[in-house]
Amino acid sequence: MSKQEQHWEKTRNLLFITLAIWFVFSIGIFLFGAEMQESSIRPFGYPLTYWFTCQGSLAIFVILIFWFAGRQEKIDDEFGFSEREGDQ
Amino acid sequence: MIKGKFIDNLPKVYGIYTGGFLVFIILMAIAEQAGMSAKLIGICFVAFTVLIYALIGWLSRTLQVDAYYVAGRQVPTVFNGMATAADWMSGASFVAMAGGIYFKGYGYMALLVGWTGGYVLVASLLAPYLRKFGCYTVPDFIGTRYGGNLARFSAVIVLTVASFTYVTAQINATGTIASVALDIPFGIAVYVGLASILMCSMLGGMRAVTWTQVAQYIVLIIAYLLPVFWISSKLGAGFFPHFMLADEVARIAELEGQFGFVKNSAADLATVPKGLAGITKAHSSVNATPWAFISLAVCMMAGTASLPHVMMRYFTTPSVRTARRSVGWSLFFIFLLYSSAPMLATLSKLSLIDPTLPTGIIGKTIAEVQSIDWYQNWNQANLMFISDFNGNGTLELNEFFMGGKAVVLATPEIAGLPYVISGLVAAGGMAAAMSTADGLVLAISNALSHDIYYKIINPKAETAKRLIVARVLLVLIGFAGATIAALEIQGILGSVIWAFDFAMSGLFFPLVLGVWWKRANAPGAVAGMLLGLISGTAYLIWVRSGGSGFLGITQLTFGIVGSAVSLVSMVVVSLITAAPDAATQKMVDDVRIPSGKTVLAQK
Repeated sequence: MSKQEQHWEKTRNLLFITLAIWFVFSIGIFLFGAEMQESSIRPFGYPLTYWFTCQGSLAIFVILIFWFAGRQEKIDDEFGFSEREGDQ
Repeated sequence: MIKGKFIDNLPKVYGIYTGGFLVFIILMAIAEQAGMSAKLIGICFVAFTVLIYALIGWLSRTLQVDAYYVAGRQVPTVFNGMATAADWMSGASFVAMAGGIYFKGYGYMALLVGWTGGYVLVASLLAPYLRKFGCYTVPDFIGTRYGGNLARFSAVIVLTVASFTYVTAQINATGTIASVALDIPFGIAVYVGLASILMCSMLGGMRAVTWTQVAQYIVLIIAYLLPVFWISSKLGAGFFPHFMLADEVARIAELEGQFGFVKNSAADLATVPKGLAGITKAHSSVNATPWAFISLAVCMMAGTASLPHVMMRYFTTPSVRTARRSVGWSLFFIFLLYSSAPMLATLSKLSLIDPTLPTGIIGKTIAEVQSIDWYQNWNQANLMFISDFNGNGTLELNEFFMGGKAVVLATPEIAGLPYVISGLVAAGGMAAAMSTADGLVLAISNALSHDIYYKIINPKAETAKRLIVARVLLVLIGFAGATIAALEIQGILGSVIWAFDFAMSGLFFPLVLGVWWKRANAPGAVAGMLLGLISGTAYLIWVRSGGSGFLGITQLTFGIVGSAVSLVSMVVVSLITAAPDAATQKMVDDVRIPSGKTVLAQK
């Protein structure tokens, strides 16, 4: 497998992990909105589902993107595909 | 004071700007104490901020193609994040979203999840790859990746339909705010708004829009957060509302149980002015089915990843790496406002319905409420209405009606904040609507001037001529948008949601598969774009004209139908026609690695 193919395989795996986490917090948990609302876990005292729609999911997305960016940069560095000065 | 290149001095420039704006707010507050009239304060706020944006637009004028289309590709990560946040958060986010949550509760909070979650798709599926491509516009990517004028032309059609739907809503919002703040008729205010929008974008294109958007973000975020924090402290709910409103949320649920949701008769409702609504849904409980919530969120997420005016902001960063990080910063700056909207809705609702608070009106006599100053003002502006349906002389929860915009615009006044805050909020709403309208008008006119005029009609055109065409188109599109906005066909929030569905129907899969599926070819992409857009639009028209729809897909989520058709037709047509040639496959390989020259620079 060429260097570029390996790089793309790792990139694709990272994409799948990122999208899986994204799926859980944008779609998955809201399948159980009514059940979660009754949960005794109440962040800052808010009902759980309400909190996720107001803050929880939103904050997780912000962190997820920075985490994803960091991991992708590592993959690019590993294969020497990072941009260098004067590339553009 | 400022030496060296402008780009190196950005933190200093915008630091001084922010300080100056805060000083201006304080001066206005002092002027209010000294007896300046509310109307004059409103005029000062809107006029002062709009003049600053116009000044930035003039200072950023340019005669270079690269600067005009992609701000010279040198916008630093964090500043591009701010500009994208302003580009993204429209008049709908600023004035209408808190209102939507106030009335519909959980069902509308799907918008919060959808409008933020979409950025994960932008960061992971598209932005870095399109940046590597080095295109000027989104149709530029489609046209080069798939090859052929038909693909390019189809992309321009989808872009124009989606962005134009969106921009009329934004010009409508600038008109609404300008007409309230400057006290002029809406029909004229729409053109005042348009003139301000054009001043920001015409001379400097993307470069001017970038630097005004950063300035507009600063104004709009101060204007949104300051009242939320202030009202929260004033009500004694806590100095940091985001973490401290649990008791207030519970109190609203308790009051709702106590008052009950009484259904009004159709005859009674007919007397309520158009556009106003009462509280009919519980504030914090799960009041929508999982499918209703998820389908709306999915449409907003896929729409986010397909709206060209957002995508083209990531063409302006210096590198692929910064494009990726910049998406994170964009979402962070958006998060600051979006996480505050439900808090504002909570504070607004509680201060109106809690009889134990001095501002509460439910349970007071009708005559008493009618004599309140703010009620009279907002009633006159057609944003508030009460009526004694059951004839008992007391105001009940089901007898109080409000316009969605009033939640943001009127709450500071209701909570008894000084008028200077209302002026600030008007300036913020104006900034939000203008920044989005700028981005959209530019996206459309760039696509028409670059992709239709330069790439298809006259590839030999010189730079000067291209930029003149771009500017003429900008003005024409602005006028067309304002003319339609003046007709007021659909509400602000409704048209914005439609725009996402249109973009999702036509562009989501052609963009994503262009990067992630090498086998995708031109006939497939054209089929995907056109059939997606047509089927989505057909479904919308069918539901609007009384059709029953299927699978619980409504006129707000028709993008699901459009994008499903788009995906299937794109895959089927791609597979039954010839695979893309070796040069195209090589192009896709090059897009997938960050290093090296941009794909377009290699050609």
